[in-house]
Amino acid sequence: MDRIRRTLLFIPGNNPAMLQSADVFEADSVIIDLEDAVSINEKDSARILVREVLNNLEFKNSEIIIRINPFDTEDYRLDLDVIMDLNIDTILLPKASIESIRDLDKVLKENNKDIKILVLIETALGVENIMNILSHSDRCVGLMLGGEDLCVDLGCKRTKEGTEILYARGRLVNAAKALNKIVIDTPFTDVNDEEGLITDTKFAKQLGFNGKAVINPRQIQFIHNVFNPSLEEIRHAERVISAKLSAEADGKGVFSIDGKMVDLPIIKRAEKVLLIAKKLGLGESYED
Amino acid sequence: MKTKGYNNKKMFSGVSNCLNTKKIIPSKNNQSSNKVRDNINTVLDELNLHDGMTVSFHHHLRNGDYVLNMVMKEIANRGIKDITIFASSIFPCHEPLVKMIEDKVVTQIYAAYINGPVAKAISNGKMERVAVFHTHGGRVRLVESEDVEIDIAFIAAPTSDLQGNINGIEGENACGSLGYAYTDAQFAKKSVVITDNLVTDINYIDIEGKYIDFILQVDSIGDSKGIISGTTNITKNPIGLKIARLTAEVIKHSGYLKDGFSFQTGAGGNSLAVANNVHRMMEEKWIKGSFASGGITKYIVDMLEKGLFENLYDVQCFDLDAVESLRKNKNHISISASKYANINDDCIVNDLDVVILGASEIDLDYNVNVLTSSTGEIIGGSGGHSDTAYGSKLTIIVSQLFNARLPVIKDKVLVKSTPGETVDVLVTEQGIAINPRRVDLIDRLKNTNLPMVSIEDLKAYSDKMTGIPNEIKFTDEVVAVVEYRDGSVIDYVYKKK
Amino acid sequence: MKLKRPSKAGTYESNDVYIMLFPVDDGIKIELESVVYELFGDTIKNVILTTLHENNIENVHVKAIDKGALDFTIKARVLTAIKRGLVNG
Repeated sequence: MDRIRRTLLFIPGNNPAMLQSADVFEADSVIIDLEDAVSINEKDSARILVREVLNNLEFKNSEIIIRINPFDTEDYRLDLDVIMDLNIDTILLPKASIESIRDLDKVLKENNKDIKILVLIETALGVENIMNILSHSDRCVGLMLGGEDLCVDLGCKRTKEGTEILYARGRLVNAAKALNKIVIDTPFTDVNDEEGLITDTKFAKQLGFNGKAVINPRQIQFIHNVFNPSLEEIRHAERVISAKLSAEADGKGVFSIDGKMVDLPIIKRAEKVLLIAKKLGLGESYED
Repeated sequence: MKTKGYNNKKMFSGVSNCLNTKKIIPSKNNQSSNKVRDNINTVLDELNLHDGMTVSFHHHLRNGDYVLNMVMKEIANRGIKDITIFASSIFPCHEPLVKMIEDKVVTQIYAAYINGPVAKAISNGKMERVAVFHTHGGRVRLVESEDVEIDIAFIAAPTSDLQGNINGIEGENACGSLGYAYTDAQFAKKSVVITDNLVTDINYIDIEGKYIDFILQVDSIGDSKGIISGTTNITKNPIGLKIARLTAEVIKHSGYLKDGFSFQTGAGGNSLAVANNVHRMMEEKWIKGSFASGGITKYIVDMLEKGLFENLYDVQCFDLDAVESLRKNKNHISISASKYANINDDCIVNDLDVVILGASEIDLDYNVNVLTSSTGEIIGGSGGHSDTAYGSKLTIIVSQLFNARLPVIKDKVLVKSTPGETVDVLVTEQGIAINPRRVDLIDRLKNTNLPMVSIEDLKAYSDKMTGIPNEIKFTDEVVAVVEYRDGSVIDYVYKKK
Repeated sequence: MKLKRPSKAGTYESNDVYIMLFPVDDGIKIELESVVYELFGDTIKNVILTTLHENNIENVHVKAIDKGALDFTIKARVLTAIKRGLVNG
């Protein structure tokens, strides 16, 4: 089963306090940011710090992602030079375009690096070209939506309510699922608004997003709670699988639960729920 | 062991071997109607103040207190020497004592907590005799057992009537509970109320006037803003919040979180985050607790007002919301230090289910140091730490594993203030360690998803990250004695090399 | 290798170290201020020294203001200051 990515936490690449605690926050993935979180004068400093941290610390439980600088910058090459000597899982490619993903894939191939690519879609053109971008590299596992920068490109205001990015969200989810790749929603930027975060995350889940970008560790538990299958969903899934096994044992092809016929998509969804529950250790009952 | 000015040679020998001590009953009854005096010098004359006396103060005005400095200044001006100060706590605002220590006006201090310039002076060996650290409950025991005799108690009172009946909830500098001051009033040979709100009709009595001999009116007893002690807001640090979340999970699975639950927590940012989580859990599970106790903050008041506890037992108010609640909520009850934590009393700490505490250091035997920093300077004191750790069914220490390279777990603490046999769980952001003595807790928590680790493994990880710190070297000069709640000596503080 | 100009790296934030390098002619001197000086002062100086040696820097005056940085952070900041100091002024 693919890696679970409910939360992807951005950590500023030039910040030792955050880097050395990255695994404490229990995000599914950690994105070490060499781009927007690091000022132009400190890019060199961040690269060296990130290299030393990753050479000395083990982040056992999270996917390690590095957001490099955009393709059209000198830092892009310098970032990749450092990464070729590191053992990270994934590169987050900002302002992703057909040209940039082609180049990144080529560099990784030439250096024989088994690193995945997650594209950050934050331009109008990126949204329009999504099918092409996603299918350009086998290394590409999926995409993240960058809502703030996209709105700059679209010439509109980014709001909590989000209608301005509705088209982009729908389109990107659709493309990702069509190509069997993952799709991560843009972060919720008001770190003090817990209710707003939960609403936005529920909406993302409803649309089919696999997870959400995180800009403050406080957001992680709330997002997990939304994306985790609930106890009800888990119990229901258990019943479905149990009924399926009984039906098979009785030689029956079709079966129903609570008067509703259970067909293949429901079974598949139930299997997926149970896999996730097992992986996350959810749904076990013990004495309280 | 050279301990200048301290003669108790009984060493601590385990919590099951706590010493018995005798207990005198206070019997003061001063019904005079002529207690008011108009200046401190008149009072000191009448009291025949002389060298070698023991004077006492309470610390309910915390770092906003004016009274201790005002009284001691007058005492120093008279050329008096060799005074023992029996203050429940000493704060940075008491800095003028440093010169008095150097001049031998003050030659000994007893306290539950000392912080700031006075602590530094004591650490440097400037005081003639050793400082004596006691617990909150231990302060009462010291006086009840006549180990200490208070000659004159100076009692800051936010409001007093003409008989010396006082309360802490009225007046401009209301500080709330006067829990520590009962001891001073009841046991001192002579007690002096110092108030900035002298009234003819008092609406509520905390401490009765029969214990009071003199009343002095002053312009101001302190700065009410000084009541707020360090952090009284929930931490925003995501590491602290994770620790709080893990701690709440431990409480949830401990078996103690059910109707009748009782709880106490400190006033630091991490402790309050735990209180916040406990609040949520109790609401989700419809739990009606019996009481919350200790130093009270607005977060605990909120839990009372939401009906999560039947009562609050308040020995000290940490913020002005707590003071306001004490005024208006009938089930927010102020209690004396004796009722709170005195080993000789039927005290509240013995009824506690869960207490959340901090630590400067903790060692592999779960002994805790809240007296000194990692480099051996005095920065605090036991306060209610070892009292509550003893009485509570579940004692949880919350701390970051290391903070700006400062590790919290050591092979051995520099100074033992709370014995490991009373400490059950350490919660850090890297995992939860349970004292091996608590087989029952280990059993309860083993089937959860919680990150359980041994304290040795936590230390190993910490050492790997920070490196092994240099050993701090001490001389063999004792600067302070640490008494356990039964009056036995649990450790000494030495002067650094 | 000879540093061409004074350089600096790091910040004054907690868990970081601020490193300043000044090219001199008389060997290596390290001036350290640290919030954990008593506990880790020697270790910190060693990390700085080792990093200088590993990069063949022999004549430098180091001023370090440490707020509890771990060893890999100290090394990273020294390396960054060295890199910046080797660039022509």
